[in-house]
Amino acid sequence: MSVTDTTRPISQEPETAIDDSASFHVAAPKKSNPLKVGLPPIMFGGLVIGFWYFVSYGLLEDRRRFLLRPPHQVIQKGFLDWAVFSEILTALWSSTKVAIIGLVLAIAIGMALAIIMSQAKTAERAIFPYMVTLQAIPILAVVPLISLWFGFGQMARVVVCVIIALFPIIVNTLFGLQSAEKGAHDLFSLHQASRMTRLRKLMFPAALPAIFAGLRISAGLSVIGAVVGDFFFGRGAVGIGQRINRYAANLQGEQLLAAVIMTAALGVTVFWTFGWIQSRVIGKWHDSSS
Amino acid sequence: MSIVTTGSLSFDQIGMVFPDGTEAVREASFTVNRGEFVTVVGPSGCGKSTLLKIASGLLEPTRGTVTVDRDRLGYVFQDATLLQWRTVQRNVELLAELHGLPKAERQSLATEAIKTVGLSGFENHYPKALSGGMKMRASLARTLTLKPPVFLFDEPFGAVDEITREHLNEETQRLFTTEGFAGLFITHSISEAVFLSTRVLVMSARPGRIVAEFEIPFDFPRTPDLRFTAEFARISGEISHELRGAHS
Repeated sequence: MSVTDTTRPISQEPETAIDDSASFHVAAPKKSNPLKVGLPPIMFGGLVIGFWYFVSYGLLEDRRRFLLRPPHQVIQKGFLDWAVFSEILTALWSSTKVAIIGLVLAIAIGMALAIIMSQAKTAERAIFPYMVTLQAIPILAVVPLISLWFGFGQMARVVVCVIIALFPIIVNTLFGLQSAEKGAHDLFSLHQASRMTRLRKLMFPAALPAIFAGLRISAGLSVIGAVVGDFFFGRGAVGIGQRINRYAANLQGEQLLAAVIMTAALGVTVFWTFGWIQSRVIGKWHDSSS
Repeated sequence: MSIVTTGSLSFDQIGMVFPDGTEAVREASFTVNRGEFVTVVGPSGCGKSTLLKIASGLLEPTRGTVTVDRDRLGYVFQDATLLQWRTVQRNVELLAELHGLPKAERQSLATEAIKTVGLSGFENHYPKALSGGMKMRASLARTLTLKPPVFLFDEPFGAVDEITREHLNEETQRLFTTEGFAGLFITHSISEAVFLSTRVLVMSARPGRIVAEFEIPFDFPRTPDLRFTAEFARISGEISHELRGAHS
């Protein structure tokens, strides 16, 4: 009798429906040709820039060109003029701080609520409907209330971020905590694991993939919240929302486009950062789709 | 309700009716002693697995008593139920960890158990990189760290292919002869039951009752070729006959 026969990786066993682990089977190593991966987006980007030039010079007459400045002018006046670019960066950093504080608060509140709800069905029934309601309120509708309670400063902006970013964290964390297999729960029951041990060693690690999915959504939303909040609340440090407002009001087209592009870059950076953290933390054992 | 007796498991007039009114087990009375390997075969949904849940305390029977030492009860589930975020080594350490053993001790227990099931070299692999058979071995190793005097198996090899299943059967048989536990095994494969057991019980369709009992006379260790002997075929035939009766 030989044991090694079946431990060889060649033995391909059919995965059946009852095998929950099937979805975590080893994926074939991805061979990616950098040319094949990099070329299409670069070419499409080139097309977009070409179309941009066509609109600026082909469609718009001279005196209406302020509606869409050509790309090289945006670079010149928006990015290469340090006075302007540093103004944009300062505003962006101010909004980034708001987004980070808001996100951290949303994570703390959201996870705490999700953990409480995961521990008692009654708590879930009691709290969850209000979370859905909070999510359903258009943020514009509560802006006057926020300014009444929190003023027009940084605090009010942070509150907007928290309200926007909270829901995905709660839902994903709760869903994740409830996703541990029944068999694994039985195993912990058999060995008289305490509530805390079960949460720490089973439910929380099982929830990590879902938590990260929620974090990526919420991080992006928090950036949106910081920008939107900045539009409404004008006191205190000037954020990127205010900056964009002013450029638009002064018809500074190049600066306006540069500020919008930088805001987009911030959103993408946040999304990537959380993807990177995710793959660092759970990439070894979980096949994330991203 | 459970009286502590080392290395044996006994069911006394167990009956189980679920809250929804489903009668899973009508009557089961039998004992598995140390050095015995008893397999219960029966049609799907006849309440075989319910017996194990009752034995382990996951379910309270509605009637009768179970006598078993639950302190170090080994229980291998249908699925490997490995924790995906833990390596093989850390998965195998889990039970010792839950019982609060110091790190050095649980590591050496795990290393030994991993070696016993032939997974040495895979300690640092995550479950996603293992085949179904290897996952089951890791699950067996995890249970072995308890050095259980009573070992429950709930159709553990139902999801692996035939060849792997035969290997795992030989493996289980070897564990049984070296560890000498009291084994209670659930399956619907007659060949698996006869190959592994000292005794085979046939359970009827729901509500489950033990309708027949077969002593399996073969000596241990048993070789794979045993499956192709006339005596093996004869006993399998008799059990199959009883099972068909149990279905109706």
